[in-house]
Amino acid sequence: MSVLNPGQNAEELVVGSESANLLAKPSSQWRLALRRFRGRKSGMIGLGIVTALILMAIFAPILAPYGPNEVLIGKEDVGPRDPPCVHVLGCSEEIPQHVMGTDGNVRDEFSRVIYGSRVSLTLGFFTVTIALLVGSSLGAIAGFTGGWLDNVIMRIMDVILGFPSLLLAIAIVAVLGPGLRNALIAIAIVTIPAYARVMRAQVLSIKESDFVSASRALGAAPRQLLVRRVVPNALTPLVVLATLGVATAILEAAGLSFLGLGAQPPTAEWGSMLASERNQLFTAPHLVFFPGLAIMITVLGFNLMGDGMRDALDPTLNR
Amino acid sequence: MLGFITRRTLYAIPVLLGIIVVVFFLIRAIPGDPCTSLLGERATAEACARFDEANGLNDPIWIQLGIYMKNVLTFNLGESIRFSRPVNQLLIERLPLTIELALSALTIAIAVGVPLGIIAARKHNTAVDTATMAFANVGVSMPVFWLGLMLAYVFALVLKGTPFALPPSGRLSAGVVSMPYYVAWQWNLQEGSFWATFNEFVANFYIFNSLITAQWTVLNDAIRHMILPAIALATIPMAIIARITRSSLLEVMSRDYIRTARAKGSKESRVVGRHALRNSMLPVVTIIGLSLGGLLGGAVLTETVFNLAGVGRALFDAITGRDYAVVQGFTVIIALGYVLVNLAVDLSYGYLDPRIRVK
Repeated sequence: MSVLNPGQNAEELVVGSESANLLAKPSSQWRLALRRFRGRKSGMIGLGIVTALILMAIFAPILAPYGPNEVLIGKEDVGPRDPPCVHVLGCSEEIPQHVMGTDGNVRDEFSRVIYGSRVSLTLGFFTVTIALLVGSSLGAIAGFTGGWLDNVIMRIMDVILGFPSLLLAIAIVAVLGPGLRNALIAIAIVTIPAYARVMRAQVLSIKESDFVSASRALGAAPRQLLVRRVVPNALTPLVVLATLGVATAILEAAGLSFLGLGAQPPTAEWGSMLASERNQLFTAPHLVFFPGLAIMITVLGFNLMGDGMRDALDPTLNR
Repeated sequence: MLGFITRRTLYAIPVLLGIIVVVFFLIRAIPGDPCTSLLGERATAEACARFDEANGLNDPIWIQLGIYMKNVLTFNLGESIRFSRPVNQLLIERLPLTIELALSALTIAIAVGVPLGIIAARKHNTAVDTATMAFANVGVSMPVFWLGLMLAYVFALVLKGTPFALPPSGRLSAGVVSMPYYVAWQWNLQEGSFWATFNEFVANFYIFNSLITAQWTVLNDAIRHMILPAIALATIPMAIIARITRSSLLEVMSRDYIRTARAKGSKESRVVGRHALRNSMLPVVTIIGLSLGGLLGGAVLTETVFNLAGVGRALFDAITGRDYAVVQGFTVIIALGYVLVNLAVDLSYGYLDPRIRVK
């Protein structure tokens, strides 16, 4: 087929010379993807935001001027819901500096926002890990075995997808009881079908490929085929989905916390911080503005990174 | 085509039945019993026994499920133990608001998202493209409740007294009443009949009702109350639609038939408008259908922020208050609507792209 197509030959030549170049430095699909990722500005911005957030979460005790639950009554001359005061921006030196003001319980909002990154990041990573493990296992089993098992698994996934995800998450939290851990489980459950579907589609196409047939002909057991041959080659889109999934998980968790079903006070969690000061919107808007901004930037970071990874890992999308 | 429609419709039935069963068991799994949550912590065992008996809570779970299935299929959704009113009645009052909100949001999302995507694709790799996509990326990452609160702050407080001020909560201003069209036109409706109920439902779409009965003050007020919630709810779908439109249009523009159209000497506007745009709309239609689930979830948050008595808010209250009948009824209706919309999207997809029908 390629013999008849001169364009194809030329392309092979180019690829050939490229791989000759790369022979000096051993390269892999992942290294090539990494190179493509670096070329994407938005992906790099996303990576920058995510890295900064992770550092912020790790070094929160150093970065935050106060403890997340440190009540400043009697320690400093500040009242509840004081507006932000930044000395560099012209706020009087006599007033203690609180970059994002103080909240209703006279705690430093800035410190709470910094500590909040710990909650959101942990939650995002754990939710996605659970959903990824359960979802891709179900999808792999469904796609690889086929038949009635495939049907049963995928119909269950359809039922989960039949609900608007936040509503189902609310219902699950109602069953399990409000709290951060239960919100995490609820969001993991509602996102399982996405991973299952993608994994199944991947497995379905990969299990028909020649190298799998070759392996089977050599006498590999089905389980070995699935674990050693099919799954490793099916992971690429799941990596992208998982990154974008962290963004969704953080957003939905913030929504649940806002409704009072996720993190409970006094936990420094952005959604619940915002919710508890919501009625003071007109008198102390900074207490709504900053936590929300933190949620948005975090979600944006993971979204940008996920998009960049998709472009890098799927060269067919390149334009 | 008929075979395709039948197949897709039949396929939706087990999903719907599954949803009803899941909702039934989820509700039963909620800790705490409805008796104490309703009659109070100090309700006597005797009172609770009478309560359980009256509400059929003593029957075996399978019988309860069977009765429930039968009732749902005949649209008898039971009675809210909290409001002591039929769930149907609550739906009639609250569903129109949520539908109105979701439709307004969807309209904004499409009206802004599609042109944005087209502009970005036409100006591919320019500052306009970058700016539009940056805007879209921020939009996708927006917490609905935060945006809603910030909009309320800006439009209700900062801009107070200017012509741009908008109300931050409620559906109508105090004192403004929407007169149902059947009252305005002096229809003779028989109380409790299906026809009367139906008209009551339709008249609860305030924007529609005030428009057809020329109640301009009410219309103006209803629209002004709808703008902020609709914008807040529209942001995420709008951003998604803009991105999909852009990438889909870019892909189509690189096809051979676009080159052919250009080679024939067609004007660029015709090439884009007639050849490219039509063929790039398929993924956009799908995403519009899919974003409906997000809209319904977002409606819970939006209705909370803007104090709107819609289905989303009612459902949340019912779940936390263990109002079994309301949770079941509302969830089933929402899921039903969701499944039906997705079915409609699937069917329109088959209609737009003949290749899908055969598969």
